[in-house]
Amino acid sequence: MNTLDKIKAEGVKKKFKLKEGQQVNNNGTPSNEIEVLNGVDLSIRKGEFITLVGPSGCGKSVLLDIIGGLTNLTSGKVYHDEKSIEGPNAKTGYVFQQYALFPWRNALSNIEFGLETQKVPKEERTKIAKKLLSQFGLSDFGDRFPYQLSGGMQQRVAIARALATNPDVLLMDEPYAALDAQTREILQDELLRIWEETHTTVIFVTHSIDEAVYLADRVAVFTARPGVIKQVIDIDLPRPRKGNIRSSPEFADNRHKVWDLLKGEVIKAQKDWELATVYGRQ
Amino acid sequence: MINMSENILKYEENLKPNVIEMDDTINKFKRLTGRLHELSHRMLLVLIVILLWEILPRTGIINPILLPTFSLTLITIKNLLLSGELQVHIIASLQRSIAGFGLALVVGISLGLVMGWYNRIERYTDLFVQSLRNTSTFALMPVFILLLGIGEVSKIAIIFFGAVWPILINTISGVKSVESIYIKAARSMGVSDGELFKKVILPASIPSIIAGVRLGVKTSLMVVIAAEMIAANSGMGFFIQNARTIVQTDQVYAGVLVLIFMGLIANYTMVWVEKKATYWKGDLDRAIS
Repeated sequence: MNTLDKIKAEGVKKKFKLKEGQQVNNNGTPSNEIEVLNGVDLSIRKGEFITLVGPSGCGKSVLLDIIGGLTNLTSGKVYHDEKSIEGPNAKTGYVFQQYALFPWRNALSNIEFGLETQKVPKEERTKIAKKLLSQFGLSDFGDRFPYQLSGGMQQRVAIARALATNPDVLLMDEPYAALDAQTREILQDELLRIWEETHTTVIFVTHSIDEAVYLADRVAVFTARPGVIKQVIDIDLPRPRKGNIRSSPEFADNRHKVWDLLKGEVIKAQKDWELATVYGRQ
Repeated sequence: MINMSENILKYEENLKPNVIEMDDTINKFKRLTGRLHELSHRMLLVLIVILLWEILPRTGIINPILLPTFSLTLITIKNLLLSGELQVHIIASLQRSIAGFGLALVVGISLGLVMGWYNRIERYTDLFVQSLRNTSTFALMPVFILLLGIGEVSKIAIIFFGAVWPILINTISGVKSVESIYIKAARSMGVSDGELFKKVILPASIPSIIAGVRLGVKTSLMVVIAAEMIAANSGMGFFIQNARTIVQTDQVYAGVLVLIFMGLIANYTMVWVEKKATYWKGDLDRAIS
């Protein structure tokens, strides 16, 4: 194993058992198991920003859960710093699409959550949380509860919360999908800025090809379910990246490369969906 | 029916962003004037009923023996308060309902937390719980008296029985319906089971638990009166029943009016408690009921 690999997935397979009475069509045969990942091999380098794209249901979020230690895999291996992942790890931060801030905690104490678990003393916790708040431009909002924050602010707090324990891997599951386009671009730039400072390894799932290319060192394209990695594309755009890079021909090239790989898979996924629907009606 | 990739779909859920509360002072003022306006609407119907209550017996449309006027009822309350008789009964009723409710609170919440947390327990208890909670508390009153006698114990037990179910059921459902994304987020930060329970499950279930507690308060106030009407020599239930027997109709209505006040006070206290306990939810100003 290359010692530069932060995360290494080898032949990762994942099947879900469906609820009783539910069935899916697996290549023409009905089954009560759904195969989501079918042998994912992926090495993620230390400090790199990798984005995962793929059609809905291809298992990219499930891979994230596996790396985060939140779901067991059916077969295969995933290593974090050459150690097999057995459960949630303080060195891994997780950011969700639905923000998942605890509504009964204000912004500051949300950020402190992970630190409490690690038994960091109160004073230290508050210091770290306040620093993070100011890094995200939210110094005045520490005592606000999630319902008093906009979506963009909530997601900033959620990212700050994930970063509070100083993880070396940050997992982000479509973190900006619920935000409006403008807010999304601002948060993308913020994330890049913070990543440039810390060089935490970031694994970022998205449906937006634009976002995938803009943020990433490499884009991993998944096939339709059951997902495997179809290809990993190096994005050789210069850093630090600015918004105007999006209108460059190089950006468009990369974008097309990703979309060319993805298009067929998306169509396949939709067919799969239709088949399943037809089958379900019988 | 098939529902393909349900497990995966949960990852695709969208959540609409919240709106920021812009200006607190303006909002507060608006809320205040809005409340006064609302209050005037609420009072209207009550005032009409009071007016009818005064006029109908006064004009003889309703026999004043059967329905003494509102003003006479108030005077009766005043006299009963001055003689100290009313307080004795109010306190007796309160003591019983607080004892029964307090017991229900402790048992309902602690049992509910355990039953909600350990899914397997519910399999064994569900039929039992469903049978009992859907049985009329009043129907069981004679049973309680048979088993526990006509003293305080049976009355407190019956109040406990009436109040414990809504608290228990709501606590169980509160624990079980904690959004999985909170659990996932906490797990991702490496919480232990104990911490998860204390820092996520418990606070997330508070709104549901409080809703159950509110029902429990209401039930215990209702049940205590019924219990006292059947077998007691003190308490508001006894007082009203006794006044009817000796045809002191003004005292009957005085008792009922006092009960209405007690119910209102209990309800608004609980609204206040609910608001304090779920301040982090915001937007509760409108939810007064």
